[in-house]
Amino acid sequence: MITIDNVSKAFGGLKAVQNVSFEVERGSITGLIGPNGAGKSTLFNIVAGLIPPDSGRITLEGTDITGIPPHRLFHMGLVRTFQIPHEFSRMTVRENLMVVPAGQSGENLFNAWFRWARVRREDSRVLEQVEEVLDFLEIGHVADELAGNLSGGQKKLLDLGRAMMTDAKAVLLDEPGAGVNRTLLGRISAAIQRLNTERGYTFCVIEHDMDLISTLCEPVHVMANGELIASGPMAELRQNEQVREAYLGGGVSGRAGE
Amino acid sequence: MNEIVQLLIYGVVLGSILTMGAIGVSMIFGILRFAHFAHGDFMTLGAYIGLAFISAFGLSPWWALPSGMIGMAAVAVLIDKVLYQRIRRTQPVILLISSFGMALVIRAAVQLIWGSDNQSYAKGIQFPWRLDILGGLRIKPDHVWIVLIAFALVVAVHLFLTRTKMGKAMRAMSDNMDLALITGIPAERVITWTWVIGGGLAAAAGVFLGIDTRLYPVMGWTALLPVFAAAILGGIGRPYGAIAGGMVIGIAMEMSTLVIPAAYKPAVAFAIMVVMLVVRPQGLFKGTL
Repeated sequence: MITIDNVSKAFGGLKAVQNVSFEVERGSITGLIGPNGAGKSTLFNIVAGLIPPDSGRITLEGTDITGIPPHRLFHMGLVRTFQIPHEFSRMTVRENLMVVPAGQSGENLFNAWFRWARVRREDSRVLEQVEEVLDFLEIGHVADELAGNLSGGQKKLLDLGRAMMTDAKAVLLDEPGAGVNRTLLGRISAAIQRLNTERGYTFCVIEHDMDLISTLCEPVHVMANGELIASGPMAELRQNEQVREAYLGGGVSGRAGE
Repeated sequence: MNEIVQLLIYGVVLGSILTMGAIGVSMIFGILRFAHFAHGDFMTLGAYIGLAFISAFGLSPWWALPSGMIGMAAVAVLIDKVLYQRIRRTQPVILLISSFGMALVIRAAVQLIWGSDNQSYAKGIQFPWRLDILGGLRIKPDHVWIVLIAFALVVAVHLFLTRTKMGKAMRAMSDNMDLALITGIPAERVITWTWVIGGGLAAAAGVFLGIDTRLYPVMGWTALLPVFAAAILGGIGRPYGAIAGGMVIGIAMEMSTLVIPAAYKPAVAFAIMVVMLVVRPQGLFKGTL
């Protein structure tokens, strides 16, 4: 689905990403792990179109998407979430979801004034979809709450909801578990799983929480110092000497080790 | 007591007019992130477009309102496409200075086309209604209409912002620009709508000013300061705050004539703006849009 082909990026003398290649298979939940400073987020930003790579190519279903800006990628079916959740804080949760789908008649200057009926119909279709998303993520009880008042975990669920409002082919999740309590983490993880199996969404996940990675992701790619050092199922990677080395040597062993 | 109530009425009328301008200034700031200095001259041009329309077709003065609003909305979108769109990605200060230049261009154009003399929508004097309460109040029918129509326009803007997809997209853009862009909200279309509403409301303010007094080429320019004061008072970038801000500034300006000469009315707006920026720069309201 997403092919990362020999991508490199340097910031001055720092080689943030060096000749990384891997593929995010259709229907997979692919994990991307590595110690802090390994280049995961840079690679994510390159795939999401925020940073142009120095060399290499990114393709989405065979189409070259290297250097295409994020808002156009969104319409091509590639959605990303942020490590720190973004939301429209002064709008309700329901409204946050309603603004997402683009290209509707209501946004056309002419239609909004002269084709009320058509706009109405589309709006009610969007509303149905919003209710469905709220149900799926079990955040219906906060639908009329201002999004700014949600907890960190609820905001992450809202991020997922935003992806659900589009016909996203692939979703890039940047640390969906960061700063989320255990209970909500379970719900986020379950939602990702269900979206994957029931709805066929493809995910690529950066995460530091090894429990989350091992329950969700197959395969997992490991980066260290800008390079891809290992790939495979999590169980195998745990035995991999190079991977252990990277985490222990990187001095960020705490959460990752065992 | 009589005098106070009378001034209160004038204050509400002035407040309604300022609100029309301040909502536009506030929305333009929220979406485009610059202070639109040509807004006062948008008001002037809107008023004159209305005047041109009613004198061409010999219609009653109230037709100046819809024709001025539609005409000015179109001109505002045109100005955006010709000027502001080209410099959208530059620093806000460049946009601000450009809008100042646009203000001068519009004012000069108004003077060239319509001359610099005073003009009015209707000849003759309108007699006010006299009410036998509080020792006799005088209310001009025009004033009643101005307040009622301004109220209806505010309700219309509110419904637009909360009930329509485009209105929600507009609020989303002023709330979190980055997220709006990556979730595929059509930025250029939102901006076009912002100018349609901002231009239309500016024209309404201009026509109201023209109905209340008369039309002259710097009418909008002199109203710009209180309009900005109203927008800042309500928290710039928040249209709902602009309504409250407009009313407070309008009433304060009229009430001030009880204690200081009427010529200092604009200074009152200025003083409120300065105090507000020192004491509470985020405006009266937080998180209302």
